[in-house]
Amino acid sequence: MATKETRAHGNTPSKDAPSKPAAPDQPDPLSLETGELRELLRLMVLARRFEEKTAESYQLGKIGGFLHLYIGQEAVATGAISALRQDDYVISAYRDHAQALVRGVPPRAVMAELYGRASGCSKGMGGSMHLFDRSVNFMGGHAIVGSHLPIAAGVGYAIRYRGGDQVCLCFFGDAAVNIGAFHEALNMAAKWELPVIWIIENNAYGMGTGIRRSAAITELVDRACAYEGMASAQVDGMDVLKVRAAIDEAVRIAREEKRPSLIEAITYRFMGHSMADPSHGTYRAREEVEEWREDDPILTLCDRLIEDGAMTAEEYEEMDRAVIEEVEESAEFADASPRPDESHIYDLVYSDEYSHGLDRRDSWR
Amino acid sequence: MAVITYREALNEALREEMARDESVFLIGEEVAEYDGAYKVSKNLLEEFGEWRVRDAPIAELGFAGLGVGAAMVGLRPIVEFMTWNFALLAMDQVINSAAKLYQMSGGQYNVPIVFRGPGGAALMLAAQHSQSPEPWLANVPGLKVCSPATPYDAKGLLKSAVRDSDPVVFIEGELLYNLKGEVPGDEEVLVPIGSADLKREGDDVTIIAYGKMVHEALRAAETLAAEDEVEAEVVDLRTVRPIDAPTVLASVRKTNRAVVVEEGWPVANIGAQIVDDIQREAFDALDAPIARVAGLDVPMPYARNLEKLVLPSADDIRSAARHVCYIS
Repeated sequence: MATKETRAHGNTPSKDAPSKPAAPDQPDPLSLETGELRELLRLMVLARRFEEKTAESYQLGKIGGFLHLYIGQEAVATGAISALRQDDYVISAYRDHAQALVRGVPPRAVMAELYGRASGCSKGMGGSMHLFDRSVNFMGGHAIVGSHLPIAAGVGYAIRYRGGDQVCLCFFGDAAVNIGAFHEALNMAAKWELPVIWIIENNAYGMGTGIRRSAAITELVDRACAYEGMASAQVDGMDVLKVRAAIDEAVRIAREEKRPSLIEAITYRFMGHSMADPSHGTYRAREEVEEWREDDPILTLCDRLIEDGAMTAEEYEEMDRAVIEEVEESAEFADASPRPDESHIYDLVYSDEYSHGLDRRDSWR
Repeated sequence: MAVITYREALNEALREEMARDESVFLIGEEVAEYDGAYKVSKNLLEEFGEWRVRDAPIAELGFAGLGVGAAMVGLRPIVEFMTWNFALLAMDQVINSAAKLYQMSGGQYNVPIVFRGPGGAALMLAAQHSQSPEPWLANVPGLKVCSPATPYDAKGLLKSAVRDSDPVVFIEGELLYNLKGEVPGDEEVLVPIGSADLKREGDDVTIIAYGKMVHEALRAAETLAAEDEVEAEVVDLRTVRPIDAPTVLASVRKTNRAVVVEEGWPVANIGAQIVDDIQREAFDALDAPIARVAGLDVPMPYARNLEKLVLPSADDIRSAARHVCYIS
């Protein structure tokens, strides 16, 4: 089995497997306070335990539709979102549970949304792929690959329009770099100096197609060179502190220099594309998944904190227990919550005045 | 009362709304330095600056989506498509994002945006530049769809569209930009979205149309009066989603006969919707089956004679009206 070192040079068992980046020049990430480091760990554990619970609920039929898990990638959302202020914006693709939780959407509101309940963060109208919470500037949850990239550019445009210094953090998978919207959005962001941080969650696969089989440039961060003024960095997405350091710098560039950044986080999903497929299959080997599982971002930070004396093993177990309790409570809350009221089916189509009138074709039924 | 062109009316609407509300901005290809491909945005760059009048790259999907994002956080973008034919590249943003975000977010993010530009055939522009997109867009819940026929309605509807809190699709007539009409210069002109207008009164047959076809309908009505002793009532829908069914039905109940006209293709179009409204709500009022006049069911050919053949004319409308009046 390949070690971390050999992976760093791309000698992986599968031709499609991602290679680890060389360590980029970054400020010392351990300048964070101990409390903050523990909070990063807690958020990753929350995302992990939460999704483990959703997988269980999905098998029980309590959650419907598609359910795309982020397990293995937690360091990316956690490291990135923790670098933001409350008045910044976050927008994501459809693999969005961890982003919502880390941003501060209450676990019970996320779980209730997955259960299709009125108490969900999108009132049961969105589901797993469309989590929203305006109170924390969490702007979704978008399920057409690449479609939210121009939207993120628009948020950046509005920030500049008003003369603000917020940033918009936009998450998307590696496969999204091949859709036209990626280029259109990054071109505008660079041209008009929009404070958007584009973060590629490169887990090496667009569903079951390896990025090496679909992209003509597989060092995705190199795409930044097509846009003058676009800062860029490639970062180890399995290390929350490295992600945090990279985004800290991107945030600084966005706030102070009004420039966008393209950040490629090399990561890996331990599960299948969605709950509909197994973790390995025709497109990637079991050995590859097992190898990456040894690089679990939660264990990496946990071990580090224990080694540094910032936390004891007992304290970690206590943290984990508390998170599990919170997750269980969120599932109980979701289960007990009412479903959306059918009599309000037309209420959220328009915010302004609108008379469906005769357009209610089924008024007789 | 000032007489101005349809183009000037749209320009006035943009200027007035941008002056009234700082959150309104215009983005699109050629809208700023070039003054607009059809000069609708003439002089606006000078008055409002580049952040409010923004020349976009040729990237319809990109700048339409940029508008959606800006609207989600409270700006009021007006996204100009050089023509609606090019807007096909942006349909993901119009339909999957703008139209759905309010409901999909549980009512947290409304999208106050206007997507506007010319539609329909002009002169020998061939298949890819001569389309009428109204039925495609009117099919989508979450959108409102306007298509004004006169300078007054163009100004009043565009101003209402800018003030609306939801996405409004605004389809202008490419051949109407030079059309002149009366528009009061000294008072606020606002036409509510979803209201039809009687452009001509008559007792014998109702002709229902929108956009450029309103003018063909009016020409047909004049001939019907002069040659056939038929007084046609012309209902201008002005908005095709929502359709002002009460106005349509009231007219049909009066005349007992209806002709539905539109420029685009005949299958699953706006006319089909109107016919359904009438048959369900005013079946007993009808003295004849409803006639539909639409473009022929082919991609638009280039040759002048074929283009003319494909497009509905005042003569076609007159024939349809005579048919429902049982005049042989």
